Amino acid sequence: MSKLKGKSLVSITDYSKDDILRILDTAEEFEANQRQNILNGYVIASLFFEPSTRTRLSFESAVQYLGGSIIGFASADTSSVKKGETLKDTILTVSNYSDLIIMRNPMDGSARYASEVSPVPIINAGDGANQHPTQCLLDLYSIRKTQSTLDNIDIAMIGDLKYGRTVHSLVQALSLFGAKFHFVSPDSLKMPSSVKTWVKNAGLEYHQYTELTDVIPIADILYMTRIQGERFPDPLEYEKVKNSYILENAMLENSKDNMKVLHPLPRVNEITEDVDDNPKAYYFQQAKNGVYIRQALIATILGLK
Amino acid sequence: MSNKRTELKVSAIRNGTVIDHIPADNTFQVLKMLNLDESNRQIYFGTNLDSKKFGKKGIIKISGKFFEEEEISKIALVAPSATLIEIKDYDVSKKESVRLPETVEKIVKCFNPKCVTNIQHIPTKFTVTQDHKGNMKLACHYCEKTMGEKHIEFL
Ligand SMILES: [Zn+2]
Repeated sequence: MSKLKGKSLVSITDYSKDDILRILDTAEEFEANQRQNILNGYVIASLFFEPSTRTRLSFESAVQYLGGSIIGFASADTSSVKKGETLKDTILTVSNYSDLIIMRNPMDGSARYASEVSPVPIINAGDGANQHPTQCLLDLYSIRKTQSTLDNIDIAMIGDLKYGRTVHSLVQALSLFGAKFHFVSPDSLKMPSSVKTWVKNAGLEYHQYTELTDVIPIADILYMTRIQGERFPDPLEYEKVKNSYILENAMLENSKDNMKVLHPLPRVNEITEDVDDNPKAYYFQQAKNGVYIRQALIATILGLK
Repeated sequence: MSNKRTELKVSAIRNGTVIDHIPADNTFQVLKMLNLDESNRQIYFGTNLDSKKFGKKGIIKISGKFFEEEEISKIALVAPSATLIEIKDYDVSKKESVRLPETVEKIVKCFNPKCVTNIQHIPTKFTVTQDHKGNMKLACHYCEKTMGEKHIEFL
């Protein structure tokens, strides 16, 4: 039985390198054999205090493939939250009806708080701008699957590195495996110094760029993210840079053979559709991997794997 | 009342605590943070005093007051160089430097307006850390955001 049994997952840093590898191995098992009726008789609560259809469906699909039942809500509009119930009261109530709670909530830090008041384990499906650890795990799974290893890869992260929580968590997690980081962003959306300090403290290297084309020949993984106009203090600056971080198929010509393009989705226009047919495009498979990861997490935390 | 007697009254307290070696810029902040501006006790303070160690320092003497652990943590956050001197019957009974605690609970507000502790009135909790320049930082246990000294606001 794993020591992860009964333990909430709030932040990727809650997991050690061994914990991460264990989840990835279990996810691999589910990829090979997805339908396993091990959750028969279990009730999983899925509490989405803000809508996120993609993440919610991925979790619910994971529960269904395991044969479990789901209760919950898809947005705060239809729940008692709207009537002003505190998070603590909602969690304490729902924990009476379920074995595990999957929660997405717009308040930063809400998942940590929920995990402290809840008698059943919590899986954080995104707490505001803070953490989204299952996204991070499925990214790691996708990297390991396409590169056959997580050790010492060259990863280029492109786009909004200042506010993008997925890239921050991914840097933290990959630091455990000795990656080399290439950060590509406009000046105003550079990686925060706290994340760069993390890399330095891990004894690793990072390089910063403003041109996407600079990193294409060196990357094993090209991790694309959205740049949102509202992040820019000056709309003129946004107009200047908005087309500089768009990946087109022709740009991939001199990329490495093993290189793969990842994106947390949904995309807006940062990857043109002609990339989709290139075998180096991996973002849809990446989303599919999310179901295996969530199956592995739920099964492990409930002590069934 | 003679001048001499006034001077004596300012410089010595019979029982209480002296907070010495406060960075001069933070003297008023320390007074306010400890709610000394609203206190009925006899309080003497000076600021921009010459100090060999700090250039300019502040000093506060509070009659009849001894600080609790939580208040000492507060002082350490805004005046990490401060010394606390306890006076009993005009004598120094205890003298120690304030020390930064490892965690700070329930006394500081998180600077992130979207933090759950600000929206649902949950007791705050921070880990005391340092950035690469050695500046003190508080990392919120909940939202994981890190704030520096200039963002510290007491509850
Ligand atoms: Zn906070």
